[in-house]
Amino acid sequence: MAETLLRFAIGGAVVTLFATLGDVFRPKSFAGLFGAAPSIALATLGLTVVHNGKAYAAIEARSMILGAAAFCVYAALVCWVGMRWKVGALKTTLTLMPVWFAVSFGGWMLLRATL
Amino acid sequence: MISVKPSALKESKPHEYLIRFVFGGLCTAAAGLIAKRFGPAVGGLFLAFPAIFPASASLIESHEMRRKKEAGMDGTRRGRDGAAVDAAGASLGAIGLAGFAAVVWLMLNGSSAVLIIATATAVWCVVSLTLWWARRTLVHVLGRQHRTHTRSANILPKRP
Repeated sequence: MAETLLRFAIGGAVVTLFATLGDVFRPKSFAGLFGAAPSIALATLGLTVVHNGKAYAAIEARSMILGAAAFCVYAALVCWVGMRWKVGALKTTLTLMPVWFAVSFGGWMLLRATL
Repeated sequence: MISVKPSALKESKPHEYLIRFVFGGLCTAAAGLIAKRFGPAVGGLFLAFPAIFPASASLIESHEMRRKKEAGMDGTRRGRDGAAVDAAGASLGAIGLAGFAAVVWLMLNGSSAVLIIATATAVWCVVSLTLWWARRTLVHVLGRQHRTHTRSANILPKRP
């Protein structure tokens, strides 16, 4: 429980820090880079190494590559839909969220079947 | 070019910072719990979860809309375009995120964790910045070519 609370506090702080950086930079396309900053990973990898060891953290990082690829596809789709159909941002981002799950878990299952 | 606008911090209200903190904290805690329950291979996927992306995109949209409305215009279109441009940047940042993960995966076992995480963060910065700069250059070159073609098409006499 204490570890989860610690992750919550560190994660909240790091994510807020990167989001704030995204607020102050211009142009907006540059500020958008901070939307995909390694905030959760920075908040959690150190704790993972301490509690579970480097090998465990390395396996997490390997899967993170798939999560990042899914994020790239998801964000590109959000951009395309936003430009083409002029739908509200919250509606678009939430409606397309299953794309992240499909690409990341699809990739993970494919990798598991291959290895 | 790239600029810093500290006054933009005043546009965000305290509850907007709180939303980001809570979402970020929840996603980080959830990533840890998922790794514990389903193992590091599944938990690792959530290290690249778009944690606050929906909240950030909608905040950008509302800030842009507010700014335009204060100038007496309907800011709906501007707000949506702003959120879409932000998403374009995030898709490039996500490629950098994959670079971050690859460095940690391949190098963590052999060296100091702090050093490797710092190196991975630097890789994220370099990859994201390079892609952003390349995209910006490409957009400018294509825009210039398009304008040149349009101009020459207007100069040429129309066929009967």
